[in-house]
Amino acid sequence: MSSILAAARPVAAAPPLPADPMLPVPYVVERTQRETADTFTLELLPQGGSAFRFAPGQFNMLYAFAIGEVPISISGDPAFPQRLVHTTRAVGAVTKGMGKLKRGDAIGVRGPFGTSWPVGDAKGCDVVFVAGGIGLAPLRPALYEILAHRERYGRVVLLYGARTPDDILYRKQLHDWRGDFDLDVHVTVDRATSAWRGNVGVVTTLIPRVGFDPYNTVAMVCGPETMMRFTVLELERRGVPAAKVWLSLERNMKCGVGLCGHCQCGPKFICKDGPVFPCVDVWDLMSRREL
Amino acid sequence: MEALDPLLAEHPFLKGLTPTHIRTVAGCARNERFEAGQFLFREGEEAHQFFIVRHGKVAVEVGAPPRGAVTIQTVGEGDILGWSWLVPPYRWRFSAQAKELTRVITLDGRCLRQKCEEDHDLGYELLKSFADIVGQRLDATRLQLLDVYAAEPAGRHK
Amino acid sequence: MNASEEAPGASSRVVEAQEISALLDALFESGYRVLGPTVKGGAIVYDEIASAARLPAGVGQEQTNGRYRLRQRGDGALFGYTVGPHAWKKFLFPASLRLFGMTRQKKALHVESRAPDARPDAFVGVRSCDLAAIARQDRVFLEGPYSDSAYRARREKALIVAVQCGEAESTCFCSSLGTGPRAAAGFDLALTELLDAGRHDFLVEVGTDRGAKILQRIDSRPAKPEDLEAARAATRRAEAGMGRTLDLAGLKDLLTASNDSPRWEQIAERCLSCANCTMVCPTCFCATVEDASDLTGASAERWRRWDSCHTLDFSYIHGGSVRRSASARYRQWMTHKLATWVDQFGETGCVGCGRCITWCPVGIDLTEEARVLQEARPAPAA
Repeated sequence: MSSILAAARPVAAAPPLPADPMLPVPYVVERTQRETADTFTLELLPQGGSAFRFAPGQFNMLYAFAIGEVPISISGDPAFPQRLVHTTRAVGAVTKGMGKLKRGDAIGVRGPFGTSWPVGDAKGCDVVFVAGGIGLAPLRPALYEILAHRERYGRVVLLYGARTPDDILYRKQLHDWRGDFDLDVHVTVDRATSAWRGNVGVVTTLIPRVGFDPYNTVAMVCGPETMMRFTVLELERRGVPAAKVWLSLERNMKCGVGLCGHCQCGPKFICKDGPVFPCVDVWDLMSRREL
Repeated sequence: MEALDPLLAEHPFLKGLTPTHIRTVAGCARNERFEAGQFLFREGEEAHQFFIVRHGKVAVEVGAPPRGAVTIQTVGEGDILGWSWLVPPYRWRFSAQAKELTRVITLDGRCLRQKCEEDHDLGYELLKSFADIVGQRLDATRLQLLDVYAAEPAGRHK
Repeated sequence: MNASEEAPGASSRVVEAQEISALLDALFESGYRVLGPTVKGGAIVYDEIASAARLPAGVGQEQTNGRYRLRQRGDGALFGYTVGPHAWKKFLFPASLRLFGMTRQKKALHVESRAPDARPDAFVGVRSCDLAAIARQDRVFLEGPYSDSAYRARREKALIVAVQCGEAESTCFCSSLGTGPRAAAGFDLALTELLDAGRHDFLVEVGTDRGAKILQRIDSRPAKPEDLEAARAATRRAEAGMGRTLDLAGLKDLLTASNDSPRWEQIAERCLSCANCTMVCPTCFCATVEDASDLTGASAERWRRWDSCHTLDFSYIHGGSVRRSASARYRQWMTHKLATWVDQFGETGCVGCGRCITWCPVGIDLTEEARVLQEARPAPAA
């Protein structure tokens, strides 16, 4: 198994490392977009710099001036590095501050940091994305990249669970992708409203229903940790081995580069060893309490 | 009429059954279709069937005044629907309404119960399959209860 | 490898005790800020010292679980103690550091980075355990994909005058970890204090050319075989005086497998989550950042401050903290020191200095906790 993993390990970010990783680089908000009641997307341009290259799955430390800094996954298209895109949920002081930013406002960016989704290793395979809640945002760059090279992959499936129909992210884009790129999209909600005509039930209930070849599938999973654990088990029941499943983990981060110690989960530094991990590297850690 | 034996034999739900048992089960099975809006069953009614969904979508609902009918879950292609036929008092706890044109294999519960009583090997295999289905539903329900996407997840001890 | 078996080299020299003053002068004259042990607030602390008179002559220490006292030794020893509460990390990795300032003018942000530190530091009196601790922090701050520029700037310039321990205290266990009591490398100069009825002088080992140049500026003579033997005897005395032991055999795997041990709850009944152990630990490197701004909102700055895995906030992600219980937080600390640090950096995060034992207000002793877990371990199948 170790040889399979060695081959499938995500390469560290191709982009060059920032000169001083602790100094934020000024960016300007070019566009804001409200996605749902508590999520929004910021599109950023460098205040004077050049294009921002990143690999799908990587994150930035975003600094709301005079408020604070938080790690946020990049959710834009890696083929268009001129514009840095982040979809964020307003849950704390910093992200709420970011939610108030308007076009022309400044923001600090450190990054990109961390490992990436195995989009290259998935060539020739069916690809199953399983997203829960805001977890769709860190997967979106991988979706962009795979759909841009659609012919290199077998079936491409997105299983997406949201809390309620009002919490569904990127609704229009999902609809467009379904038609334009032969993306098999299945959306479900945990709580239905009477107007909702779609699926009801947790995202794991979609796994047995969709068509893909479990023996030739790479799965990329992002969402709350509990949802990811259940998803791994359901994928396994379907026949997808854990060695072909990748997860993105979240922990507190202050530096993003393995120096501040906050993001440790057992022996792993989520910021530099992750956030994207082969499931088998973190499965034991995820099942231990308060690790 | 379409032969149901091969369909049943291929379904993962019945993978533990011998060809003889498949034939027995097929003897209690029939094809059915439900138009969008039609009910497969209603809560409180006697439960004497279960369904293997071949195509379509069915909402499992419960009446919750004043919210009206609340959909707990939807089931679709390949799913098994209903286990109230298996144990007394044989009464549906929920309603099931087709949300689009839905084709199912309907299995007659009375017929199957009798066959299982006569042949406990069959009964044991079917119970194992249902235990698996019930377990999956329980897992899904528990995950749903956790409300993992909420801003303040449920069950947090302050 | 047993450190005490390595003899100081025959090229070592000997200086008289009063020449320590000349050694410090040589450091001042070479432009160093001289940092060394001195007595402050009833403890041996590391501070800027202006002259050899500030060294704690004749002062010793008594340490055990949750207890620390100075004592008069009744001799003139300049380094007659082991380690106090402070580690050298307070200079290389300051407890509070301004990372940058930022201003906002007409919506545009301007970053001003940190000014470089002025004078290089000379650390005088670095013990073997603390040299090992500096080497461990080097791996964290300098050897990953990203390095800490502030640490690097201070570290590369720092000159180290080590002191080889001639005694140990009840909380010492560096010999269990192979990090002492004798330092074989990692210093520019290393002193062994030779003090008995007949003599008070220092054997000086030279670790680098930079150290040799400093040594040339003071009076010294070549070491004789009896000087080398006296230094070896000092090391043997320290080795024999270790009050604690830690058995590393199988400990990493044991800790990794002990996630659910009831012992953590028992420790948590005593642990105050005060974070003292992490503050005094010479290898603990966790830090948080604080963003502050002025009232006008036009300028802001970021400070880095020491943080501790014993606090609830440390593992906070939206919705709550990952390690909510004191037991999980103590487990995290001890498991990191003795197990996951090995996974991360190839060696333990513990150097056996014993500070966490002395400065724990309730006297929790990680060597004892390791032993409890080891004794509870089921015997291997025959």
